[in-house]
Amino acid sequence: MAFQIPQITYSGKIKEVTLGKGPKAVTIGGENSYPFHLFEGEMAHPPRIAMEVYDAPPEDWPETALEPFSDVVHDPVAWAKKCIESYGADLVALQLVSTDPNGLNRPSEEAAETAKKVASSIDVPLIVWGSANADKDGDVLRKVAEVCDGMNLIIGPVVEGNYKQVGAGAIGYRHTAIASSPIDINLAKQLNILLGNLGIPDGQILVDPTTGGLGYGIEYTYSVMERDRMAALTQQDERLQFPIICNMAKEVWKTKEAKASAEEAPALGDPRRRGILMEAMTAVVLLLAGADILVMRHPEAIKMVREMISDLMAK
Amino acid sequence: MALTGIQIFKLLPKTNCKECGVPTCLAFAMNLAAGKAELASCPYVSEEARAQLSEAAAPPIRPLTVGSGENAVKIGGETVLFRHEKTFVNKPGFAILISDVTPGDEINERLKRFKVLRYERVGLTLRPEMIAIKNESGDPSKFETLVKKVKSETDAALILMSEKVEALAAGVKASSDRVPLIYAATDGNLEALANLAGENKCPLAVKATDLETLSGSAEKLIAAGLKDLVLDSGSRTLRRAFEDQVFIRRAALLQKNRSLGFPTIAFPCEMTKDPMKEALIAATFVAKYAGIIVMSDLQGESLFPLLVERLNIYTDPQRPMTMQPGIYPIGNPGEESPVLVTVNFSLTYFIVSGEIESSRIPSWLLVMDTEGLSVLTAWAAGKFVGDAIGAFIKKSGISEKVKRRQVIIPGAVAVISGDLEEELGSDWKVKTGPREAAHLPAFLKMGA
Repeated sequence: MAFQIPQITYSGKIKEVTLGKGPKAVTIGGENSYPFHLFEGEMAHPPRIAMEVYDAPPEDWPETALEPFSDVVHDPVAWAKKCIESYGADLVALQLVSTDPNGLNRPSEEAAETAKKVASSIDVPLIVWGSANADKDGDVLRKVAEVCDGMNLIIGPVVEGNYKQVGAGAIGYRHTAIASSPIDINLAKQLNILLGNLGIPDGQILVDPTTGGLGYGIEYTYSVMERDRMAALTQQDERLQFPIICNMAKEVWKTKEAKASAEEAPALGDPRRRGILMEAMTAVVLLLAGADILVMRHPEAIKMVREMISDLMAK
Repeated sequence: MALTGIQIFKLLPKTNCKECGVPTCLAFAMNLAAGKAELASCPYVSEEARAQLSEAAAPPIRPLTVGSGENAVKIGGETVLFRHEKTFVNKPGFAILISDVTPGDEINERLKRFKVLRYERVGLTLRPEMIAIKNESGDPSKFETLVKKVKSETDAALILMSEKVEALAAGVKASSDRVPLIYAATDGNLEALANLAGENKCPLAVKATDLETLSGSAEKLIAAGLKDLVLDSGSRTLRRAFEDQVFIRRAALLQKNRSLGFPTIAFPCEMTKDPMKEALIAATFVAKYAGIIVMSDLQGESLFPLLVERLNIYTDPQRPMTMQPGIYPIGNPGEESPVLVTVNFSLTYFIVSGEIESSRIPSWLLVMDTEGLSVLTAWAAGKFVGDAIGAFIKKSGISEKVKRRQVIIPGAVAVISGDLEEELGSDWKVKTGPREAAHLPAFLKMGA
């Protein structure tokens, strides 16, 4: 008996979303099969990697993560340019950590100015990620949306507690919103419905399932993403047919295993290669579960993951 | 693969004798289908029906064991494509490759790494289990010597790799009590290896160049009486090897294809020369379906993340990982150090203990048994509330370790602080910590 490839029939498709403006705009989504199951469907647009930029010099990064950026950590614009010029970033993700009320608590206006400066000095799409404090982000992201009118930024995390405020900004000033829910497929769907009801067009929504790091809950993220894709592609769950973004680098690099020195943890091997591998491996796991955009940090991890994507998609 | 209740019913005597304990044969058939009854409870079932039913009840992917003793590696037995559909059951075995042309010093280094690279996590020891010994010299006696050495110096489950039947026979002879995996039966040596595996009761790997040939070879081996097979589709590019893993798993589960109903073996070591990339390829096969993963070498920086990934992917999604309840000292705390209490959901523990560690303030972390529920869920379920926590703290023995009678509770359950104070009595103070673990370092540094 001839071997028949056991195929699955899909009934749904992930929506296409175009990020940014101009010749370097990036389109993602459009998959009509499970991730890299190219024998029975297509990934119209390959997954992309956004490189992180922080709006304040990082304090708790291990040397490995800091080293490639040590000359630019004080200047988000220079940092973003370095990501593009030296490391070929397709997108930049500006992390507005300094706005955190439990940290530096910088005012929203200042953050919005930083976002605008970065956005207008680069030609690739810009993701602007708040401090994940729902109240503060409501104000910060709203102002970012306003001062960057029409630049088609990607702003988030938009949560149930601030979706009206941030969502209105996304509609009014034409940006893409990142709908963020705490590792729960039903909450993800509900927020997508709310954003739709608010009037955000489908082509302006990404989903952030909340990312757990390797060893710190990645299995929850992994399974929520697989369930999400199953519902979107095989059960015609229209309100889950959005591209997925994983803000993963900060989850990887804050773990003690990514930070530990060779003296502290001799059994964990070379600290530099370990940190890079932990980031790259987290990325691979998330790609297999269905990530469309990965927010990453270390240039070498990024290079390896790009290669994995192209090997998985090789003709 | 599983029959429906009706299909089973057709094979039963249909006499409704009730001797199995339920009123009708149909009810019994339904119970069988749901796995709630054993066929043995029916005294009148025919031999023929029994054979058909046990055939149908066999797992779609055969579970089998490589190795012996405490470090025997169980693989296969999977029943789903996605872990959330039920759970993945048997973690892939991680193997390090050693060749009989590898210099002796390097062999010793590898054996040493195999033995020392072990990690404690959630009360488990994470470690590699297998050693693949490759006969590249072409010399059977050299191979046999290496097999003996590896066997006597480690508890590894062995994979014996050679293109020569003679060498494999010598290797098996030296290690048959360790139940090694013989690698690999191909078109040319099928019969000889079927005999070798059959006589020594060892599992046998089958290698082909495509799935059709693979399935054909497996069929022949099954016909020859072998039961424990491991599949290698022969693909060595990432895309093809990934697709083959998906095809084999689907063929077994969705098409009930018996000749592909076996665990697989993957060779990242033959897919790249870059050890970092090799680790990422291995990571792909941990998530997507390999039963054994052979790597060219093991180093802490790549092995540790892989072990953690494997642990995560193979965690039962229906049952949260839990920590042993008790007192966890972090950073060598003393009698004036802060005391914090949290739940025994392992993820909560990891995050909280990680933040305490990064604060560099030595602390005591009390982990209470909440049956693996997170803070808010445990609180809502009435398990992480004032009187329960109070009783736990009193019993925990922390009073003998600290003079400063103050306990910090998670900010999310601030409402219980009154109840807890009442339960603990006047000499204890209850302080409410931050809602988010990420804010613990700042909180502790402020002198909590």
